[in-house]
Amino acid sequence: MLYAFLCYNNEDAVFSWSKEEDEAVMSALSQVHKPLEEAGRFGPAVRLMPTTAATTLRKTSDPPLVLDGPYAETKEQLLGFYVIECDDLEAALDVAKSLAKANPGGAYEVRPLRLFLPGSLAAGAT
Amino acid sequence: MSDLAWIDAALTAARPQAVGALLRYFRDLDLAEEAFQDACLRALRSWPQKGPPRDAAAWLIMVGRNAAIDQVRRRSRQEALPDEDAISDLDDVETPLAERLDGADYRDDVLRLLFICCHPDLPATQQIALALRIVSGLSVKEIARAFLVGEAAMEQRITRAKARIAAAGTPFETPGPVERAERLAAVAAMIYLVFNEGYSAGATEQADKAALPIEAMRLARLLLRIYPAEPEIMGLLALMLLQQSRAAARFDAAGGIILLDDQDRGLWDRRMIAEGLALIDKAIRHRRRGPYQVQAAIAAMHARAPRPEDTDWAHIDDLYAALEQLAPSPVVTLNRAVAVAKVRGPEAALAMIEPLGERLAGYFHYFGLKGSLLMQLGRGAEARGAFGQAIALATTAAQAAHIRQHLDQLEKERAAQK
Repeated sequence: MLYAFLCYNNEDAVFSWSKEEDEAVMSALSQVHKPLEEAGRFGPAVRLMPTTAATTLRKTSDPPLVLDGPYAETKEQLLGFYVIECDDLEAALDVAKSLAKANPGGAYEVRPLRLFLPGSLAAGAT
Repeated sequence: MSDLAWIDAALTAARPQAVGALLRYFRDLDLAEEAFQDACLRALRSWPQKGPPRDAAAWLIMVGRNAAIDQVRRRSRQEALPDEDAISDLDDVETPLAERLDGADYRDDVLRLLFICCHPDLPATQQIALALRIVSGLSVKEIARAFLVGEAAMEQRITRAKARIAAAGTPFETPGPVERAERLAAVAAMIYLVFNEGYSAGATEQADKAALPIEAMRLARLLLRIYPAEPEIMGLLALMLLQQSRAAARFDAAGGIILLDDQDRGLWDRRMIAEGLALIDKAIRHRRRGPYQVQAAIAAMHARAPRPEDTDWAHIDDLYAALEQLAPSPVVTLNRAVAVAKVRGPEAALAMIEPLGERLAGYFHYFGLKGSLLMQLGRGAEARGAFGQAIALATTAAQAAHIRQHLDQLEKERAAQK
């Protein structure tokens, strides 16, 4: 089954990391990604810009209301997500635990996917 | 990253909100800072075992407040209560904390904390030092290093600045919309000062001042998070991101200045550029142009050009014209002249800056640009004169070295003509 791993963390802290700290976390994470990639279980993964770069379109009015900032004001912010194939919730939580070891703080919301469209974008396109 | 490093980052991130709230409770900056310090010490003891709390700022405010109340009570047993005001908020200790941390209070707390550092009586350097100490929580030692002064001297400066803002009184009433806008503008200016104190340093001072641009961007992000619909704050953050994106390309190995045209654009930080451009996009939608947005738009023109010759100088000239309207200053006109020289030639640029001579008589960049325009026009003797004045006004070794290169080139040209 495909699971989404929604990565929440304190963006104040994350975006204050020095280049070295950022690279250290990314390299620790890549150690977790690697076996998943090799097993063909690793789907799309993204890192988001801080919520200050976000814009929200509220559909409750017509025309829709465009607001600056993220949809929800939260103590920790949605900063990225993964799609990873796991046998069951236990396996998914194991992945989340490994990710958490590489990148402390915050939380992962693990949620099964209902639909997955792999899309047509090439990797690295930003 | 180790647990300790992560806790340290979380404490730093929570600091503006926590100290801001504690300042509101205690109405005394020293007491608020002490309470926060206490709370941090307890966090360092408790978080590694229990794990960090879900809301670090709320935890620190509650723990800091309780610690400070204990201390005030202990002191009050020994001496008469110092000041009714100091404990004005202690009656309602039982009020659920979460409620008090909601929205508006929190925004005003952070803004107030930033705003007290911008007191108009304080010279720019003291505003910067105070903000770094109070809001960012840098140590006196780190700040002293950034300003290239001794620790004792910096300690004294900060103490004096604090005494001054204490005498001036901190505005605790909830600001009205006009006041809030004024505070935001003052705070934005102060944040940009922090940035420039680091960004404009020469290569040799760069290492000591490296923290300042990062700190300034952090403060601007914080401000934008609490005022998400302010286009000028978007502009300010975009401007700093776009400038800082060039950090790795600005100096050569010997510490010499590399001008924009000669920089290796491959060294520009694409992530920062992307975020800066995204913010400009957001700001434009508000159709409320301001000086930071225009300056960011100018920086974006450079960021968008893959090669120097792809730069749209005519558009940059237009943007500077807009900036001259929004925030007229001889320095803006001077910068515009750089674009004018590219679009209409050095003669037009020279005519534009001549009238600025008197007001920019003590400004390094005025004579640097004047010299280089004269040089392009083949007026070697006059160029030498201007470069001489530039060297006399240089504030960093790199600036002086850069001008000396021009003088050497002039010398070579003169020798070749003989």
